[in-house]
Amino acid sequence: MTPEEFLYREARLLDGGDLEGWLELFAENATYWVPLERGQTDPRETSSLIYDDRTLLELRVKQARHPRAHARLPLARTVHQVGNVVSREEKDLTVVNSTLTLIEWRNEKQRVWGALVEHRLRRSGESWKIAAKRIDLVNSEAELDGIAILF
Amino acid sequence: MSANDTLATLVQPDRVHRAVYSDPALFELEMERIFGRAWLILGHESQVPRPGDYFTTRMGREPVIVTRTEKGEVGVLVNRCSHRGAMVCAEGRGSTERFVCPYHGWSYDGSGELKAVPFSTGYEKDKLKELGLRRVPRVALYRGFIFASLAARGPGLEEFLGAARASFDDLVDRAPGGELEVAGGVFKHVYHGNWKLMLENHLDGAHPAWVHASSVAVARGAPDPGAPGSEHYFDIAVRQMRQNGAPDSVWEAIGMWTTPHGHGYMGDYHSDDRLVVGMGNAVFEQYRRMLEAEKGKKEADRILRVTLWNTIVYPNCSFMSQFRQLRIVHPLAVDRSVVNTYSLRMKQAPAQMFHDTVAFANVVNGTGSWVLTDDLEVYERVQRGLSSGAVEWVYLGRGHGRDVDEAPGLRRGATGTSEIYIRAQMRAWLDYMTAPA
Repeated sequence: MTPEEFLYREARLLDGGDLEGWLELFAENATYWVPLERGQTDPRETSSLIYDDRTLLELRVKQARHPRAHARLPLARTVHQVGNVVSREEKDLTVVNSTLTLIEWRNEKQRVWGALVEHRLRRSGESWKIAAKRIDLVNSEAELDGIAILF
Repeated sequence: MSANDTLATLVQPDRVHRAVYSDPALFELEMERIFGRAWLILGHESQVPRPGDYFTTRMGREPVIVTRTEKGEVGVLVNRCSHRGAMVCAEGRGSTERFVCPYHGWSYDGSGELKAVPFSTGYEKDKLKELGLRRVPRVALYRGFIFASLAARGPGLEEFLGAARASFDDLVDRAPGGELEVAGGVFKHVYHGNWKLMLENHLDGAHPAWVHASSVAVARGAPDPGAPGSEHYFDIAVRQMRQNGAPDSVWEAIGMWTTPHGHGYMGDYHSDDRLVVGMGNAVFEQYRRMLEAEKGKKEADRILRVTLWNTIVYPNCSFMSQFRQLRIVHPLAVDRSVVNTYSLRMKQAPAQMFHDTVAFANVVNGTGSWVLTDDLEVYERVQRGLSSGAVEWVYLGRGHGRDVDEAPGLRRGATGTSEIYIRAQMRAWLDYMTAPA
């Protein structure tokens, strides 16, 4: 599977609402990071819109399935459009940079997101595991409605 | 009926009319009479440490600049050129000797004085002297926190804060050397609801079991907080989520106090051993020793035994002294508000304590939090419900008739889940709205 195909597969899982299948794409010690600030280098000293290790990411998915997860019932409908995919090798990882255009709809409210995305992928048989995913939203520093989707 | 009599019918002892949350005309009046009169918290002096430093914010809907003047004082200026009205300072923060209007180059210093005007011979000389940036008439600090009022007259800041000063004292006393700074970025989350909904929710002990049922359930199934030396990044947040699921008896037993200006705070809910990094934790012990070395064991013990929780300073501030979170609500419209969430760092404390503050902010209070987003969803549902004219009243009767005057300027709910805090906020609302200009 090429990195492009893997990213498309990931997008398809999210857009189909298969959060558990999506979670399986992440390696055991993976991080999922949506920085708050442009060019942010540190997730410990500066807040993040989302900064989850693999355990928190799993809890996040479990919460979304709870019968009283008010902001996620129903889950927003999304389309993740992946583009401009460029890969490079870095030690034992394949680093994939891409752009994301995302349309979200829920509660009569439609939102459009744009982001620069970096996946750090590790080979896993014919496929890949995500060691780290970073999503830099173009408007991360804006006044934003609450975020109840996954990028 | 006079206009004030009409206003008085909206706020009754155990109920309030939906118009208070949903009528655009009342919202306009609130901007004039509440946000145009009350002391509003704007930030902390660490945001303007040196002369020339500034940051922009809002007072109600007024764009303002908070500055450190050449004399070292904190000033607050309306961000509007005296000439044609352009904002002289782009939104953000920085340091500058002059605010130069982008339109015609009028330039002002940090105290608002007009220093230079191009084509100045076209003006009467004396006229220009009067045309500084409008200074917000009253600015005062309490223990490093910056407050300002758009009204020239009114109660002083300490009188306004009253018993709520205890929460600021707790926040600052906990910091070794008294040194705090705003750090770690600012979340700015919007909700499509009235500004009051947030202030009410933050003292509501009856909501977590329902609004946060999902995060409580998931936190109960999360890995237990790690033993000293093997803590998880998220321990502090999991502790908080589990605490949200405390039994009813715990919520009923906590303290709920209010003051005459609509402030309120919760106490006896958390203790440090249940949340911060845990008693016995090496980092916390190091911190405790710093406090003891500075203040003596007895005073350090006293400080760490203060267990105040959310504090509301009406009408725009919510903070948590133990987690060092400051939230400022800015009304945008009757049904739209933005909340700025700041973290405070104890500058001399071990770095891990601020990492915990950041983790707490991310997981519990941040824009992408699965705790906060459930609150926002409920605010929006309330706002949609209150836009319906089919039912007129909002019922605020929990604990009504059993509030106790505990000390001058301090009233306590009969139980921790009493809605005394909303009744106090509504009382203050009516006081501001009907006070003579």
